[in-house]
Amino acid sequence: MWRYAFKRLIQGIITVWFIATATFVAMQMAPGDPLSGEKALSEEIRANLEAKYGLDKHPVQQYFIYMGNLLKGDLGISYTQQNRQVNDIIAEHFPVSAILGVLAIVFAALGGILLGALTALFRNKAPDVIIMFLVILGISVPSFVVAAIAQLSLVNINDLLGFSLLPVAGWGTVQHMLIPALVLGLSTMAFLTRLMRSSMLEIINADYVRTARSKGLPESRIFSRHMLRNAILPVVTVLGPAIAGITTGGFVVELVFAIPGLGRYFVQAVQQLDYTVIMGTTVFYGAFLVLMVIIVDLLYGWVDPRVRLD
Amino acid sequence: MAETKLTPQDFAPLHSEREVQSLSRPSLSYWQDAWIRLKANRRALISLYIVIFLLAFTVVGPWFWTIDPSTIDPDQISQPPGANREVVVTAPYEPWSIDSIVVPASGMALVGEPTTQSIRMAWAPMPGAFGYRVYRNHFPVEPGKALGLPLVNILNPDETWFEDRLNLKAQDYYYAVVATDATGNRISDPVSVDVLPERVITAEEAIRRGIASAEEPPAIGTPLKMKLHPLGTDYLGRDMLSRLMHGARVSLFIGIFAPFAYVILGIAYGAIAGFLGGIIDQFMMRFADFVVALPFLLFMIVFKLAFSVGAGESGIFAMLIAMIVLLWPGTARLVRGQILQIREEGYVSAAKLMGANTNYLVLRHMIPNTMGVILVTLTFAVPSAIFTEAFLSFIGMGVAPPTPSWGSMCNEGIKTMLTTPHELLFPAALISITVLVFNLLGDGLRDALDARMRSRE
Repeated sequence: MWRYAFKRLIQGIITVWFIATATFVAMQMAPGDPLSGEKALSEEIRANLEAKYGLDKHPVQQYFIYMGNLLKGDLGISYTQQNRQVNDIIAEHFPVSAILGVLAIVFAALGGILLGALTALFRNKAPDVIIMFLVILGISVPSFVVAAIAQLSLVNINDLLGFSLLPVAGWGTVQHMLIPALVLGLSTMAFLTRLMRSSMLEIINADYVRTARSKGLPESRIFSRHMLRNAILPVVTVLGPAIAGITTGGFVVELVFAIPGLGRYFVQAVQQLDYTVIMGTTVFYGAFLVLMVIIVDLLYGWVDPRVRLD
Repeated sequence: MAETKLTPQDFAPLHSEREVQSLSRPSLSYWQDAWIRLKANRRALISLYIVIFLLAFTVVGPWFWTIDPSTIDPDQISQPPGANREVVVTAPYEPWSIDSIVVPASGMALVGEPTTQSIRMAWAPMPGAFGYRVYRNHFPVEPGKALGLPLVNILNPDETWFEDRLNLKAQDYYYAVVATDATGNRISDPVSVDVLPERVITAEEAIRRGIASAEEPPAIGTPLKMKLHPLGTDYLGRDMLSRLMHGARVSLFIGIFAPFAYVILGIAYGAIAGFLGGIIDQFMMRFADFVVALPFLLFMIVFKLAFSVGAGESGIFAMLIAMIVLLWPGTARLVRGQILQIREEGYVSAAKLMGANTNYLVLRHMIPNTMGVILVTLTFAVPSAIFTEAFLSFIGMGVAPPTPSWGSMCNEGIKTMLTTPHELLFPAALISITVLVFNLLGDGLRDALDARMRSRE
């Protein structure tokens, strides 16, 4: 177990290094440079700025400086907001995204597991047909459309009620978080429902379920102890990629609902070609996702004792 | 007991050996069998028809609907489908002569016919006024509510008339006038008038817009129809139908071409790794693992930046390259796994024993046997590529503005969602339908082509 965890951690570090290198190369390839903004700079100012950011050095030398700083955990200074550290930006905006993401994941996992189990139990009956139709819809409608429609309906509902049931946009209270988290988790929930359904269908006819039933166990106990616990396993495996999907899906939801998260900041940085912020955020997100996948994998060994981690 | 006479006929077999062993059904190839199974799946078949319809919509559509997607129709901005298109030809504008003004005895009144060319009004002089201020609003004038956009401050108490020519549309307007004191403060209750101007156009303008012929200029008073926009117009007055057709070109081009490109790259990579085996295989697959580990949408954005050439290009090419660079490992892993598996199959050993060379093995056994899985991957890759394009265009990192794409149309439509929802609804519905039918088609193909992956439904 510990050996496996250690091995995965080393692999993860190499992966983060690969992500950082790929980001660096991509930023070197990108046309234009961060200093050629709207303001025309004189030669001297330009040279000074280049020296400040180390852009006058050879790309290879820049790469090693960048990697050295990365090892120290320093992601550099923003190009567009010259007195802000990328670390500070992440520290300020990431918690917002993280709260939203955690809520969305919880919502998606709980909803997906329950709905999936429900559809399998009522196979080919009304609940199954209705839920599976919604699931296909949830997979096919892009998140920004869902977000827009949710916001539009919220405006109309608030209008109809005459008071504000839930805020339409912004951030701060629990009420602000509910609808964005719901929207963000929706496509993942649809995906998990489908997965849970097929995994439940496989288990419904399993021998140990029949044995449990023949022993006279109550149906509720068979469902919770025998079916659910076994059917949940494939859902746990895809939680890692699901977290990745929810993190990047957050960009759109944060944009539509005006939530001051890291996703929205990243999109802004990309539009303003703020290279250090783009690089810093990408490496940070990459490292975060790698870590999540490792945790989920370790979790899997704990959930399913049959899996030997080595 | 009478002796039975046996004839040679008695020894003839009751059934011929051939008949017993003949097949009851005709022999079917893998693809014929798959096609029959697909045809039995009604959802998949309907999806296939819709896919064909969508392709026809985007490829053939622009030949029938020839309006340019970037042409701006300034008279019809943000018009929903089925909006009124009536317009009446009028004389060219003539300045208002002071003599023709009839000031009403009380209140405010219109002077002449209100048209979208100009709305003229006059009001009774108010006692104690130093001047007047005229407002225009889209909503009825009610006590306690704002009067709307202030159009003019008149500093002469005797000048009790006003002509509005500011960007008039064929819709309800509510004008209000208040008296002001020497410092411009409002000193009276508003006096108001409401008006629905008639949509008019000069003959010259009508010819220029192409709704009347230059050979026979229309007479004044002739009713004309403005350009038809079956699905309405967007916030710049561009034809929605035409933009949807051209936008489909971008979305479907990326949606279909990108998966093809990276699947082919993946096949080549996976096949080479699978064939060579050993340390090269290990190395190649380790590299593929790293590429898989890159967070997809983040790196789509980063690579999209890296491969962009600069201003003035649509960004389709950069998106295509970024997608290929990031997505090939999935297919490569799949193909490698398949090849490793097929290599061990009995029929491959049999073919080898009979002296088949590598070319024959690859072309006759390996490729046909991986084709089903690859086709299924391809069908599922299309909706995810369309999603990616829409996502990138939505956050403003995809196709550059003048080129329409469904994603960028959604991005523009979301800004006017509350007033004119059709601008968001149409592209959003098309994206959803396209993704849906490709998903259903993929499900059907998987059930038809690959017995092992068959979904349990």
